[in-house]
Amino acid sequence: MSTHDFIRLVALGALVLGSTASAQSPFDSAQGKPNLGTPISEAEIAAWDITILPDGSGLPPGSGTPSDGARIFATKCAACHGENGKGGSAAALVGGRPLTSGIETTKTIANFWPYATTLFDFTRRAMPWPRPRTLTNDEVYALTAYMLSLNKIIGEDAVMNAQTLPKVRMPNRDGFIARFPERMP
Amino acid sequence: MTGYTLSDSVAAQQLADDAWSTRAGAAIPEYGVPSSFEKSASRTLSNPKGEPRTQHARTPHHLLNGTFTPNGLHFVISHSGAPDIDPAKHRLVIHGLVKKPLAFTLDALGRYPTVSRMAFVECGGNSAPLFSNEPVQATAQALHGLVSCAEWTGVMLSTLLEEAGIDPKAKWLIAEGADSLALSRSVPVAKALDDAMIALYQNGERLMPGNGYPMRLLLPGWEGNMNVKWLRRIQLTEMPGMSYYETRTYAPILPNGKAYQFYFLQEVKSFITHPSPGLTLKGPGFYEVSGIAYSASGRIAKVMVTADGGKTWAQAALQEPVLSKAFTRFRVPWRWDGGPAILQSRAWDEAGNVQPTRAEVIAQRGTTRAAVTNAAAFPSQHYNGPTSWAIERTGEVKHVYA
Repeated sequence: MSTHDFIRLVALGALVLGSTASAQSPFDSAQGKPNLGTPISEAEIAAWDITILPDGSGLPPGSGTPSDGARIFATKCAACHGENGKGGSAAALVGGRPLTSGIETTKTIANFWPYATTLFDFTRRAMPWPRPRTLTNDEVYALTAYMLSLNKIIGEDAVMNAQTLPKVRMPNRDGFIARFPERMP
Repeated sequence: MTGYTLSDSVAAQQLADDAWSTRAGAAIPEYGVPSSFEKSASRTLSNPKGEPRTQHARTPHHLLNGTFTPNGLHFVISHSGAPDIDPAKHRLVIHGLVKKPLAFTLDALGRYPTVSRMAFVECGGNSAPLFSNEPVQATAQALHGLVSCAEWTGVMLSTLLEEAGIDPKAKWLIAEGADSLALSRSVPVAKALDDAMIALYQNGERLMPGNGYPMRLLLPGWEGNMNVKWLRRIQLTEMPGMSYYETRTYAPILPNGKAYQFYFLQEVKSFITHPSPGLTLKGPGFYEVSGIAYSASGRIAKVMVTADGGKTWAQAALQEPVLSKAFTRFRVPWRWDGGPAILQSRAWDEAGNVQPTRAEVIAQRGTTRAAVTNAAAFPSQHYNGPTSWAIERTGEVKHVYA
C-alpha cells in the first residue's frame, strides 16, 4: 500500500466513523433488537406443555393402578404391544435380558429405562400410535402403573400419581455414564 | 453413470449425432428433477409404506461427489413419518425459565438477522453395522447413509433466547417437535448459546418436510436426533427431561453392561466413497480415490489414505474451503495394478482428535456376539472407526475389516 492510499483509507475511515457517530443511519445495527416475539402466558402454552422432568415436575393431577391399566391396555395398546405387553408389531413392554448379554441387547423398561417419569412422559406424548395425546391423565397413570407392575418394579396394588411415580426407583437407574462429562451442565 | 462403469468401446466408435442432437429437447419443468438416467441415485428406504414404526432414508454417497447433499437425497430418520405442517399456523414457543415467554411465527422469524452455514447432520446410529463381529457386505449408502451435509440458513437461537431473557437457573433446554410423537430432546444451554440455529432453509430452499419443515433445531456437529425437526417448543429447565430418546434409544450399551448417555458429539470420521461396493473397477490403471470426512470438533486437518491395508499411507488433498463441522471432500490419485488392494481412510481434526482404529473402537465399545445379517440393524451407535474396502482381482469392491 502506498502512503497516498494509506491516507485515503484513514480519511475514509474517519468519514464512516463520523457518519455512524452523528447521523441516525437506519442501517445502524445498534438501533435495537428485532423484538418480534409475541409475549405468551404459561396458561396459553398449557396444552403444549407436556414435559415431565425426572423429579416429577410437570406431573398432572390424577392417579391409576395396575389393574386399571390392564383394562385400558387390552383395548388401546395390546393390538401392537401384544397381550400382557409381550410384544407384537411394536416392542415388548415386559422382561429383558441382562445388559451384560452383549452390546446389542434389546433395551427394555426392566433392564434399561432409568426413570419411571419417562414412561408417563412418553406414553402421554406419543401413544397410542394412531391417536397420540388422547389418553386422560388417569389413563396414563394407570398404564404407567401397569407397565411397572408387569415388570415387578412396583406391587400389583400400587397407586401411581404425582407423588408416588417420581419415587419409583428403576432397576437400571445407576447404569449410565455421561459420554462427555465436561460438557454436562 | 460413474467413472467406474464406463464402456470400454466409446473411443473405438465412429462419432455420429445421436437422436437427442437432431431435435429440440423436452420442455423444462417448473421444479427440476435429475436425468432419467440417474434414477439409481436415490435414497434407500427401510419402511417405504410408512408403517407404524421408524422410517430411514439413506443418502447414496457412492453416487454423489462434492461436499453437500442435494435436498431430495438428504438422509431422513423419522420415528413417525413427516407431518404436513401449514407454515401459517406453525408457532415456535420459548418458555420455562425465561423472563418473558415468547411465541414466534415463521413470518416473524423471517424478519430476524439470518446466517448461513454448512453443517453435517449425522444420526447417532450411522455406521452401526460396523459393530458386527463380521463385516456386513453392503454399500457405503447402507453402512454410512445416515449422514448428510447441507447449507442451513436461519436465525441464531441465541438471538431468540436473549429476547426471552434466560433465567440464570436454566442449564438445559428441552426442544420438542410438532410431530405426532412430540419428539423431545434435552440440550445444554451452553450449546444453544454457542452455535445453535433455528434453521428455516436447506441448500437455499425451505426445509424438506422430512428434514423438519418449516423449522428445525440445528446443533452443528451434535447427534442427529437432538437436531429436533418440526420444532415448536423450547422449554428452559434446570435439568434434562430424560426423554425416551435420550435415556433409551440413543444410549449405547457398553461391554460391561453400563451405557453411555448424552453422547452429544459426532466424533471425527471419514470413509471412502469412490471406489466402494457397487462401483466395480474396470481394469487396472488410474482412479481417483475420494471420500468424505467430518468432525463435531471443528475443521478436518488431515486425511490419510492407504491402499495396502495400512502398511503405507498417502496424504489426501482436501477440497477447499475446509469448513468447521461440515463435510470435507478428500481426494488422492491412485493407480491400480490389478492386484488385491485394501483401501482405507483416517481423518484428523483441528482439535487434535484422530479417527480411532477399528481395534480401538471395539476395545472401548465392544462388538456383536453374532454376525449382523441385516445392514439396517443398529447393534450399537456412534461408530467412528475406519471402513476398509478390499479390491478383488475382478475389480469388485468388498467390505472387510483390516
